[in-house]
Amino acid sequence: MSMQKQQQQPQTTGHVWDGDLQEYNNPLPNWWLIGFYLTVIFAIGYWFLYPAWPIAGTYTKGFATIRYTNDKGVTKTVHWNSRALLMEETNAAVAKQKPYYDKIGSMTPEQIAKDPDLNSFVISAGKSLFSDNCAACHQQGGVGKMGFAPNLTDDDWLYGGHFDQIQQTITLGRHGYMPPFRGVLNDQQMTELADYVLSFTKVPVNPESAKAGDALFHSETAACYYCHGANAKGRTVIGSANLTDNIWLWANVPAAKTVADKEDAIKHVITNGLHKGVMPTWGGRLSADQIKLLTVYVHDLGGGQ
Amino acid sequence: MESQDSLELYQKRIPIITRSVKGKFRRFKTTVLLLGFAVFFLLPWVPWHRAHGIPQAVAFDVTQRKFYIFNLIVYPQDVFWLAFLLFIAAVFLFFITTLLGRAFCGYFCFQTLWTDAFMFVERWMQGERSVRMKLQKQAWNGEKLVKVGGTYAIWLLISFWTGMTFVLYYGYAPDLLHRFFTGDAASAAYITVFGLTFSTLIAAGFMREQICAYVCPYGRFQSVMYEPETLAVTYEYRRGEGKNGRIGMKGELKQREKRQEQGYGDCIDCSICVQVCPVGIDIREGLQYRCISCGLCIDGCNEVMKSVGFPQGLIRYDSELNAESAAPKAPHLHWKRLKVLGYFAALVVMTTGLIVDIANEKDFECSVEQIRQPLYVTMSNGDIRDRYEIRLTNQADESVRFHISAEGLPPGALNLGLMQDALVHSGHSIIVDVGVELKPDQIKQYKSFEFVIQSLANDKDRVEVPMNFFSESSGI
Repeated sequence: MSMQKQQQQPQTTGHVWDGDLQEYNNPLPNWWLIGFYLTVIFAIGYWFLYPAWPIAGTYTKGFATIRYTNDKGVTKTVHWNSRALLMEETNAAVAKQKPYYDKIGSMTPEQIAKDPDLNSFVISAGKSLFSDNCAACHQQGGVGKMGFAPNLTDDDWLYGGHFDQIQQTITLGRHGYMPPFRGVLNDQQMTELADYVLSFTKVPVNPESAKAGDALFHSETAACYYCHGANAKGRTVIGSANLTDNIWLWANVPAAKTVADKEDAIKHVITNGLHKGVMPTWGGRLSADQIKLLTVYVHDLGGGQ
Repeated sequence: MESQDSLELYQKRIPIITRSVKGKFRRFKTTVLLLGFAVFFLLPWVPWHRAHGIPQAVAFDVTQRKFYIFNLIVYPQDVFWLAFLLFIAAVFLFFITTLLGRAFCGYFCFQTLWTDAFMFVERWMQGERSVRMKLQKQAWNGEKLVKVGGTYAIWLLISFWTGMTFVLYYGYAPDLLHRFFTGDAASAAYITVFGLTFSTLIAAGFMREQICAYVCPYGRFQSVMYEPETLAVTYEYRRGEGKNGRIGMKGELKQREKRQEQGYGDCIDCSICVQVCPVGIDIREGLQYRCISCGLCIDGCNEVMKSVGFPQGLIRYDSELNAESAAPKAPHLHWKRLKVLGYFAALVVMTTGLIVDIANEKDFECSVEQIRQPLYVTMSNGDIRDRYEIRLTNQADESVRFHISAEGLPPGALNLGLMQDALVHSGHSIIVDVGVELKPDQIKQYKSFEFVIQSLANDKDRVEVPMNFFSESSGI
């Protein structure tokens, strides 16, 4: 094509409208056109190789094939599709993790935590397992959420922070329960109990009231010590909270500014009780090795005992 | 509509058919070319004894993420050496450019080297300039087909081997070459070889000086670094042109005295300087952006001046300052300038820094980061705990045990959990999460401290990492 010649005089398409309206013919640059034709040729090659054209209820499947192994271990060769590719890539990733999981399967959580290589694997693989399964409640990094899910990074454990306890918690799940005391205790009694609990962490409460609360706590009227223990430190066997430390889950004491607000927060829990704190069972959903890995990961988050 | 004149946006390239030349700059260029090619093409074949890894002097093992350069093993964590090296290269380029102009372009740039090599092939296959010009005009026949086709074939072969050699740096050369031809090499190898073959052939065979003029940014921005003191390839205009311009050697004008009497300059208008120029410029029109400062016109002109008995150096490396002065002196390097000395000082500092850093290279890499989710934790007894993630990479040839401790913390504040001395295998990385617990009244006192990571295999391998302790009162 002699583009140069064409460009010397403005060419028109030859059509004339309304007697004098003409249209310039400015052809596209050759390099552009060649590039365009190349993409057309590429597209045709693509149609033959890959799924492309929809035809009624089906589509052209293309000649390219892909081999993959499905979750039942059956290897199949099918026309190329990204689902099979994902399967293959997932299989490859699983195969890469397998040596680590094999070791995890044969070791106790404590041994895993002591092995630098495996522990590093736990930290990286645990991060994604935790994000996928646990972080919805326990939040990213396991920081928990007041009134909803406990913080896993501190040293306070409702059900215990030893490896076997954590493993049990994950495998079987948990369900927190505290009976409501509405109608059982009057408002003053609840205030006394709240003051007693607050006195452990040196909140300036009325000492008389706290003393009364102490008596009530250990009395048969309120019978708090049944679950929370005579020293109010809770019992991991049933998941009753330690009331003597700085960690609060259901009553948002740290956020309350005044003593009265702190009392109210605690009284709210005593009045209504708790029928939440449900952690689902992960036993069937995650493999035993994944649970073991998460056990070490959660233990590693800083609070493990 | 009236017809527009045929003003075109792009000029068609005028083919440059260079004449060969002899002289000291040509010799220097050839030497650099041979040395450069020898290093590039032979280096992948130099064996090197290593306990682990590729037994090759220079090898970049991408899959293992280890880059072997003689006795130095570079890890991806050392990438800032590369950044450093590039900084040094840039400053070195500026330094040379203020002193000598585009010396890099003229003698060392790979575009120049490969173009030069391709021109050698051209001359060897098709003959000297005049013959080649005749050949180009000639209609296609067997002879032209053989000569031109043969040239292209050799170019293609050189291009292929260039691409192949480049790839050979990324593996054990004999093995990789074998796998390449049996079809077992990684697809990246084939793609790279194809890409480089193609680009070398196009750039050195066909685009040549157009790369320098239109593609390369360095050539263009080096132009702004020229100063009046810079030694550039200069045509001494006054001597060459005289009052009445240049003129050929006819009759009595063969004598220099007569020429001067009649007001003619020393330039005999033989156009050798134009014929030898690989970028197709006429240096007599003054310094121009296409000039890559290769000095071939100097060689050409000197040869002619010698043969006609005129003094040499009509075209020479000279500064604008000197060449345009009333009585030009012998050209010399103007190095006593603030800019040159500044670049030199920067070069010395950076090069020393890089060498010292490489020499003090530890056998391990470590990084410590505070875990920010959560930033700090209040413990049941009111203590505050921060946690830190330590990453250790062992770059030694054998497994090494590392001891992690902290300085500037009260006793018992550092909690390593179950991970006491950590064993790291050669070439592996591990992650260790540690906690630091402080009582609320200690926080003010221990705002910052240091992690100490000590290799138990080598006392010298010790790193101290300063860290901060965060809490609510830190004002985060």
